[in-house]
Amino acid sequence: MIPSSFEYHRPASVSEALQLLQQYGEEAKIMSGGHSLLPSLKLRLSEPGHLIDISRISDLSYIREEGGVIAIGACSTHNAIGKSALVQEKIPMISQAALAIGDVQVRNRGTLGGSIAHADPAADWPASILASEAEIVVAGANGTRNIAAGDFFTGIFMTALEENEIITEIRIPIPPANTHSAYLKFPQPASRFALVGCAVMITRSNGSVERARVAFTGVSPSAFRDNAVEEAITGQAVNADSIKAAADKAAEGVDIMSDHYASQDYRKHLAKVYAKRALMAASN
Amino acid sequence: MGSIIGSSVKRVEDKRFITGKGNYTDDIQLQGMTYAYIIRSPFAHAKILSINTEEAKNAEGVVAVFTGKDIADSGVGGVPCGWQVNFRNGDTMKEPLHPLLVVNKARHQGDGVVMVIAETKEIAKDAAELVEIEYEELPAVTDAKQAMEAGQPLVHDDCPNNLSFDWELGDKAATDAAFANAHHVTTLEFTNQRVIPNAMEPRSAIGHFEPATDKYTLYTTSQNPHLTRLLLSAFVLGLPEHKVRVVAPDVGGGFGSKIFHYAEEALVIWASKALGVPIKWTAERSESFVTDAHGRDHVSKSEMAFDADGKMIGLRSSTAANMGAYLSTFAPAVPTYLHGTLLQGLYTTPAIYIEVYGVFTNTTAVDAYRGAGRPEATYLLERLIDKAALEMNMDPAELRIKNLIPPFDGVNQPGYETKVALTYDSGNYEPTIRRAMEMVGYEDFRKEQKEARENGKYLGIGFSAYIEACGIAPSAVVGALGARAGLFESAQVRIQPTGKVSVYVGSHSHGQGHETTFAQIVADKLGVGVEDVEIVHGDSEAVAFGMGTYGSRSLAVGGSAIVKSVEKVLEKGAKIAAHKLEASEDDLEFANGQWTVKGTDKSIGFGDVALTAYVPHDYPQGLEPGLDFSSFYDPANFTYPYGCHICVVEIDPDTGKVEVKRFIACDDVGNVINPMIVDGQIHGGLAQGIGQALLEGAIYDESGQLLNASYMDYAMPRADDFPMFETDRTVTPCPHNPLGVKGAGEAGCIGSTPAVVNAVMDALSPFGIKDLEMPLTPERVWRAMHSNGSN
Repeated sequence: MIPSSFEYHRPASVSEALQLLQQYGEEAKIMSGGHSLLPSLKLRLSEPGHLIDISRISDLSYIREEGGVIAIGACSTHNAIGKSALVQEKIPMISQAALAIGDVQVRNRGTLGGSIAHADPAADWPASILASEAEIVVAGANGTRNIAAGDFFTGIFMTALEENEIITEIRIPIPPANTHSAYLKFPQPASRFALVGCAVMITRSNGSVERARVAFTGVSPSAFRDNAVEEAITGQAVNADSIKAAADKAAEGVDIMSDHYASQDYRKHLAKVYAKRALMAASN
Repeated sequence: MGSIIGSSVKRVEDKRFITGKGNYTDDIQLQGMTYAYIIRSPFAHAKILSINTEEAKNAEGVVAVFTGKDIADSGVGGVPCGWQVNFRNGDTMKEPLHPLLVVNKARHQGDGVVMVIAETKEIAKDAAELVEIEYEELPAVTDAKQAMEAGQPLVHDDCPNNLSFDWELGDKAATDAAFANAHHVTTLEFTNQRVIPNAMEPRSAIGHFEPATDKYTLYTTSQNPHLTRLLLSAFVLGLPEHKVRVVAPDVGGGFGSKIFHYAEEALVIWASKALGVPIKWTAERSESFVTDAHGRDHVSKSEMAFDADGKMIGLRSSTAANMGAYLSTFAPAVPTYLHGTLLQGLYTTPAIYIEVYGVFTNTTAVDAYRGAGRPEATYLLERLIDKAALEMNMDPAELRIKNLIPPFDGVNQPGYETKVALTYDSGNYEPTIRRAMEMVGYEDFRKEQKEARENGKYLGIGFSAYIEACGIAPSAVVGALGARAGLFESAQVRIQPTGKVSVYVGSHSHGQGHETTFAQIVADKLGVGVEDVEIVHGDSEAVAFGMGTYGSRSLAVGGSAIVKSVEKVLEKGAKIAAHKLEASEDDLEFANGQWTVKGTDKSIGFGDVALTAYVPHDYPQGLEPGLDFSSFYDPANFTYPYGCHICVVEIDPDTGKVEVKRFIACDDVGNVINPMIVDGQIHGGLAQGIGQALLEGAIYDESGQLLNASYMDYAMPRADDFPMFETDRTVTPCPHNPLGVKGAGEAGCIGSTPAVVNAVMDALSPFGIKDLEMPLTPERVWRAMHSNGSN
């Protein structure tokens, strides 16, 4: 478990990090919490010549409310997010996703920005980032841009992030008061990553669903919004029957992963089960 | 006995372990240390066409690069096997040596091919990437049963059908006759899947040859340093044994996987001799997965015959036991003498027959893993009984109790002679089972289960009543069964002049808490404090030849050796005390650390006697000074702990996930020295046993690649997979050792696995499912529930 040798950089600011990224190009790798990157280095699956550690850039670690949005610095740890009173109050699903990750040690080191940049198809974050319709703020040589969550995850370990860009912030809109949300997962027994993870956000008015957002992680090579489930529950009164009917439409027509813990059939079935459970949980 | 034996003294070793101050092999730094990295075959089966080490040899910081040819050219063959099991026809077993590095052919993924030695481990690993090895991949075989078939790839060219041995035990004719007359026969075809031990500390070895003294020192992660020294000196490298010191310092878990002598231990010594520098090798976790000996991996067909009253009248079984690519140190003993001989279980079955095929495959070697053969025997029996109960519509608990061997204490009643070569020492089985049933509230549970089913909830209960052979073992007996070593144990009790006590034991502690338990024995018997006793182990230069720790033997065998030495100390101490007290030895009594002249207040303390022994100014004539005794103890018999485990599960019908709701373990391990440590052993064993039932299992693809060779994919059990275990004990002392102890290290792992599977089958009985393969993963269970009983 010895990585190839690399040069270690610890920039003090985002601009310094961007400079280093510009300078070393493909040879460089950004490290935040390092909880996916370090194992990959140790297995020599990744052998970057330069490691740019942004974890101590202090202005990348914050959680604050900014006019209808919760703005989370990219280097905020899972634990900080999960335990944030603001997050717990405004968007419980985000807190649940954060606290569903790994174990205490992982949550104390791993970061939101690092996780979504890595885009592991079984990571917990992508489902709730999609369901919350977050925006990913990225900084590059030519300034910053915002990427909608729906455009961010493009494939297995692939995102819309350009090689010379760094995620700086995740902006999560605070939903209307009549909204409930939940993230539930069926963990893979060894890694405890999501074999299937489902994030649900439901806004109700007069007893029926005005708006539903349902997203999955672990099911497909890339996390995705499940429009069929969303449409099926929208406009419906929330009860066991409507939820079951909507959940049964989960994961149709998507590319479903298969491994020795879950075949395609079983994973698809679990997606329906977890759609149902997450919808129930978000319906109180 | 005083009050120290039987009390939960806190583990003295834990202070250094939980403060990070343990001294493990990889912590040891020697002057001028170099570091080895071993390049391993990525293929399960491949010819090695060429190796080019030039570039690596020339890299800066590289000390040397060795290939299998270098080692073979020096006349070194390989690592031998320590137990011989012959073919039924009398032919000697096939036992190809395991080359320290392979020469022409790699036989499993991870087989060592090239060793790179450098000034740092980083340089060694980087230089390894400069070695060019050209392989020709060959078809591989990983399944033991398949490997015996015609036309399969041969792991070793001179082992037809990949057989190492075939073996049988029991009365075939009588067993077949019993089956011919049976009222009911229950059959089970199953795989007891391969599990990977995963000790927390990866294996490590440091070889250090010192030319000035011609001495070799091996620091290694071993459960039995003396056996390693013997194999290394006499069989692998041909070294003078008195010039070889083997030290196993703190060792972070073994579970069997560190019993064996591994190629890396010989490699670092061989290379240190060649280079004259110390060399350290430490496994990476990925290496551990493919080079530490694995456990289990039996493919069996087993049958149990019953008469009309539900009495067991016959048992027969045929097992293909996967040996892996080479015979590891004790591998042939595990499926034979540690498995076949346990098929009597707790039951009176009058006719038993088993045959076992030891089979080579292109996989990592398989050897003893916590329980070693006995979990496989228990699984076979206890699954058969539950299936039979289901088929005969009988209560599984009552079916067991109906067939139990009646009580015997081994003193007033003789030991129980089984049909499979063992004599049980003492047993009173029914109260243990009844106690476990009482703990779980069996009758209430059946009511709860019925109500739950009506509400769409699937609860199940599973029993497992086990017996195991521990305290291995009488040397003459195991010698007759093929062991190439004795299985005694040694202990030296050295009383220091101030009355403090140093104890040198041949047992090795790597989690068992010997430093506490052994100290309790000595403190109790000598009337000194536990803190006045130091236990020394693991260094062949400090302690007498010992056989190490495995098979739940350390207390029963090593503890008995300690008692023998303590008795010698007290016997000589009494002579000194009598002299000082001017009394006859016969008039003395020893209690609470003092010799007292009976009926008087004249007494002398243990410390004064110790001092007198080393300052013998006023001393019995003709008596040698000193108070220091060694003993070797060879047990009269195995010990036979037993118990009953009961598991309660609930299955999530939506996902197939099994939740262990309760786990009850009522064990009888004989007398108990430290209840807390025994509880800890039981808990750990249960975690491993339940882990096999629900989570663990090596998965090979067709080419012989281990697909789950990391913690991302191989599911180790964790605390949150379990409820709080509920444990209790009955106590049936062992009649043949001085402490009356039987051993507790493996019990949890032996009894628990079938209890879990039986509980799941009970929960699934409404679905008509009678058997599923382990591990009972959610998908496997879910599929079974949706297959209309066709599984």
